[in-house]
Amino acid sequence: MAEITKAQVEHVAHLARLAVTDEEVEHLAKDLRAIIDYAEQLNELDTEGIEPTTHVLDLKNIMRKDESKEWITQGDALRNAPDHKDGQFRVPSIMADN
Amino acid sequence: MSLFDHTIKELETMLHNKEITVQDLVEESYKRIEEVDGQVNAFLTLDKENALAKAKVLDEHPDATAKLFGIPGGIKDNIMTKGLRTTCASQFLDNFNDPLYDATVVEKLNNEQTIAVGKLNMDEFAMGSSNENSSYAAAKNPWNTDYVPGGSSGGSAAAVAAGEVLYSLGSDTGGSIRQPAAFCGVVGMKPTYGRVSRFGLVAFASSLDQVGPITRTVEDNARVLEVIAGHDKMDTTSANLEVPAYTEALTGDVKGLKIAVPKEYLAEGIAPEVRESVLEALKVYESLGATWEEVSIPHSKYAVAAYYLISSSEASANLARFDGVRYGVRSENADNMIDMFKKSRSEGFGPEVKRRIMLGTFALSSGYYDAYYKKAQQVRTLIKNDFDKIFEEYDVIIGPTSPTTAFKLGEKIDDPLTMYADDILTVPVNLAGVPGISIPCGFSPEGLPIGLQIIGKHFDESTVYRTAHAFEQATDYHTKRPQLGGAN
Repeated sequence: MAEITKAQVEHVAHLARLAVTDEEVEHLAKDLRAIIDYAEQLNELDTEGIEPTTHVLDLKNIMRKDESKEWITQGDALRNAPDHKDGQFRVPSIMADN
Repeated sequence: MSLFDHTIKELETMLHNKEITVQDLVEESYKRIEEVDGQVNAFLTLDKENALAKAKVLDEHPDATAKLFGIPGGIKDNIMTKGLRTTCASQFLDNFNDPLYDATVVEKLNNEQTIAVGKLNMDEFAMGSSNENSSYAAAKNPWNTDYVPGGSSGGSAAAVAAGEVLYSLGSDTGGSIRQPAAFCGVVGMKPTYGRVSRFGLVAFASSLDQVGPITRTVEDNARVLEVIAGHDKMDTTSANLEVPAYTEALTGDVKGLKIAVPKEYLAEGIAPEVRESVLEALKVYESLGATWEEVSIPHSKYAVAAYYLISSSEASANLARFDGVRYGVRSENADNMIDMFKKSRSEGFGPEVKRRIMLGTFALSSGYYDAYYKKAQQVRTLIKNDFDKIFEEYDVIIGPTSPTTAFKLGEKIDDPLTMYADDILTVPVNLAGVPGISIPCGFSPEGLPIGLQIIGKHFDESTVYRTAHAFEQATDYHTKRPQLGGAN
């Protein structure tokens, strides 16, 4: 049984920028343990020297010229924003105010 | 008989001969949606006013060269449509009413004068196999609304099966086109990775995602893929290869075709009625002059574990963009920026999406990367090699699409692993990047459709279509219709 502690779940949730309740932490710990246990079966396979496949097609880096192009206007970009001011996205303060 | 019992080619002739108008087709679509969508929940958003206006314009300016002239279709809600609400069935995007651009596939469809009638229901962010993870309402199976339509493109398959549209687009990361097509008794194609542009498809797992068509017939399917396939400079992973005329591959001739049948695809865990239908289908192929032999995909039993590690890892990175800054629903309960990210995401995402983001973040986190993510990618290589080896000797691989027919709503929702395990026959295809189609090949004793999966070599959709079409021509499963709303 994979050991996944509540503290680990809370750490991963922070990395993933998810706020989780105590109850969710318990559920997620249980689910993750079950899924990771299931994934442990991959260790039955000897993969020494096997290249990982990140991509099935034989693609190399594809470069293009760094040129500016017409895409969307600043106004368009802000159209779906929850909050904006003076042509910029506005977010809550980065440092907590108290 | 509904106008939608005709093929696109037949309707093209009828339009050309002025027996029907584009407005007739579009009105038929909305009439049917009005009649049955309350039971099926296939649509999340309709675009009726624009669609009817466009129909009128097309009737005034007939274009015999447009490949989908006046044909009503539906678009899965994770594919961007300019100015038309695109939610991915997530509360996070509930207010995303004004997308700024069309996905390349939508642009290509529009160039061929199709009419998009609306956006289709799905599992949230395409994560799920039953459509029960839609944050709105679960789509239902038109053959029996107590059953799921499959997922994640459940709305796309249900809408076509219910006769609401002639075709739809879905997306397939681990079976999300083929499995719902199988459950709903329609034709669903996942093209080769790179065959179709992913630009404007909201990314789930970028190394696996592909857009593909769902239709009632193989011929219609080939026609839609001809339109949406091809290289796109906006997606550098789209292949720079010419698109064959898939509809011309439908010769009905499979004489000498060499079929491989993986023994793992007919093993324990496959429902008896599914196995029987596949064996019957193989007899049909024998009678048409094809031959089949049993082969093995020895690493297929590891595919589900590798798939969930890889796809969830990629998803955890892709879904980082949903931060409540540029679009989507922002939490009103936050007092600083990081808190705003966390609360917006937690309030906006459903349980399955959170579970996968957590799994993916865990698998990519320091100290676990090699053990899980890299290991899964190495196993992916082994699975791909299994396919390559089979395709050295055979033209296509045939088996079931799903181990069972559709299950009941609520039956598996509390047990993610059982739900994941059902993807065993579809995920290896995405890991290998090859094309696969599901076509109807029978019915269970309860009257639920069974899907036959035909898998081909990289970029050999033509042979997949030819094989599927030959079976369809020799059988009549594709002509059966669900009895919905009593109006069929």
